[in-house]
Amino acid sequence: MDLRLEGITHVYDGLLALDGIDLAVRDGETVAIIGPSGCGKSTLLGIVGGLLKPTSGRVAAVGAPRTDSLNPFTYIFQDFALLPWRSVAANVALALEHHKLSRAERHDRVRAALDLTGLTDFAAALPKQLSGGMRQRVGIARALVVRPAVLLLDEPLSALDAQTRELLMEDLLAIWVRERSTRLYVTHNLDEAARLADRVVVLSRRPGRLRDIVTIDVPVAERSGPAAQAVIAGVRERLWTLIRDEARDAEREVQHA
Amino acid sequence: MPDPGRSGRGSTTAAPVPFRGGGFQPQPRRLVPIVVFVAVIGLWQTASWRGWLPALFMPSPWQIVGAFGDMIDNGTLGQHIGASLSRIVLGWLLGTIAGLAIGLAMGIFSAARAAGLPVVSALFPIPKIALLPLFILWFGIGEPSKVATIGFGVFFPTVIAAYTACDSVPRNLIRMGQSFGLPASHIVWKILVPGAMPGILAGFRITASIALILVVAAEMIGAQYGIGAFILSAGNLMQTDQLLAGVTLLSLLGLAVSVVLGAVERAVLRWR
Repeated sequence: MDLRLEGITHVYDGLLALDGIDLAVRDGETVAIIGPSGCGKSTLLGIVGGLLKPTSGRVAAVGAPRTDSLNPFTYIFQDFALLPWRSVAANVALALEHHKLSRAERHDRVRAALDLTGLTDFAAALPKQLSGGMRQRVGIARALVVRPAVLLLDEPLSALDAQTRELLMEDLLAIWVRERSTRLYVTHNLDEAARLADRVVVLSRRPGRLRDIVTIDVPVAERSGPAAQAVIAGVRERLWTLIRDEARDAEREVQHA
Repeated sequence: MPDPGRSGRGSTTAAPVPFRGGGFQPQPRRLVPIVVFVAVIGLWQTASWRGWLPALFMPSPWQIVGAFGDMIDNGTLGQHIGASLSRIVLGWLLGTIAGLAIGLAMGIFSAARAAGLPVVSALFPIPKIALLPLFILWFGIGEPSKVATIGFGVFFPTVIAAYTACDSVPRNLIRMGQSFGLPASHIVWKILVPGAMPGILAGFRITASIALILVVAAEMIGAQYGIGAFILSAGNLMQTDQLLAGVTLLSLLGLAVSVVLGAVERAVLRWR
């Protein structure tokens, strides 16, 4: 499913948060969105996912989602957003409970999602019994169980330690290869953007405007190779050059606020 | 020559770094409460035996136990407990069901909150026992007026506990439900209500205490049977051993309620 963002502008509490964002995302593409703190990255994702209304502009989905997609636009949240009173399997199944599925199909979908995220042995565990990385795997499994057409990832690795982040990045790349969907990935981490995305959209500081788009010319399946590492390092450097001054200004702005 | 930066042995005087991290952390002390309880009762009994405490005004623990024995023998213990418990249970259930319905509505719907909050804020501070005479006028001197007093007293704290508990459910969980297209009813019953349960159950502890206070007060105003009526009657007849037996009964009843609510909390909130 292609996505078209046309003139997205958002005013929040009298402040212009996003200003005229135009962007086209191709089916199956991963687009990372980066920018200084407060530039409206998560707001933009909220608008794409239908959780926020833009002040003006529109998001258009072009083409039909896959027939087995139960929730075309699906989020993976920074803070996991798991229900602490439900087991891992029940958290994953939550996304299916309002759909008319047979018991067997529901079970099969949950099992497949748990297998894909390495959670099969933890199906009965409660979220409090899991590490941060495992909790985010539950969030990923819950998103995959509905077979989304567009996956909206809102800083999914920000709450995790560096080692867990590395492991989950490898897992996400493997999922990118196996599960076809269009992906919008909001992050403040340049390394994540450079390693996981096909293109990186750079937003300016508030009001967020589209400043640049950086393409990463390495197929997702080859991102772990040594040749790719040099390209990714170069992209990371370029991204940092693009946002460094504005990130510093944004930080001072936050401190003075 | 050893590297002082690596081995720490390069200095001439090596003093251990003092530990400073102890205390300010409650530790379980299982024996202490038992020892304190036995000591207090023992001191009290000793003081009574030696005549330091006049039996008319402060009977000994042994006399109170005797009064309990008399109540069991003549069958009044069951009558009084049964009368009080039936009033508490009925009043608490009515107040809780109504309070949860209104409180959850106020937690979910902005219009319900806007309409209900001024009324709740105005009526909540009224000591509910002050309304008993009005309820007696409305419902008569019998059971309904006492049950209504308890129900009314339980209702307002339950409303407040329910809607504040709804507020305390993290909004990201509700956004998550919305992002998966869950219908509003699923968001309420699968996310909001389970998430609000800790606050609602904490409210139950408060309302159980309120119900206990109100039943005693209501029974002191107009009842033949009930722990409150028994305590008042014993006081009027200067039967302080029976009076304190009634007070002890209230303490045991409060403890029993606390144990039951604790078990409910452990069952419902085992995910915490």
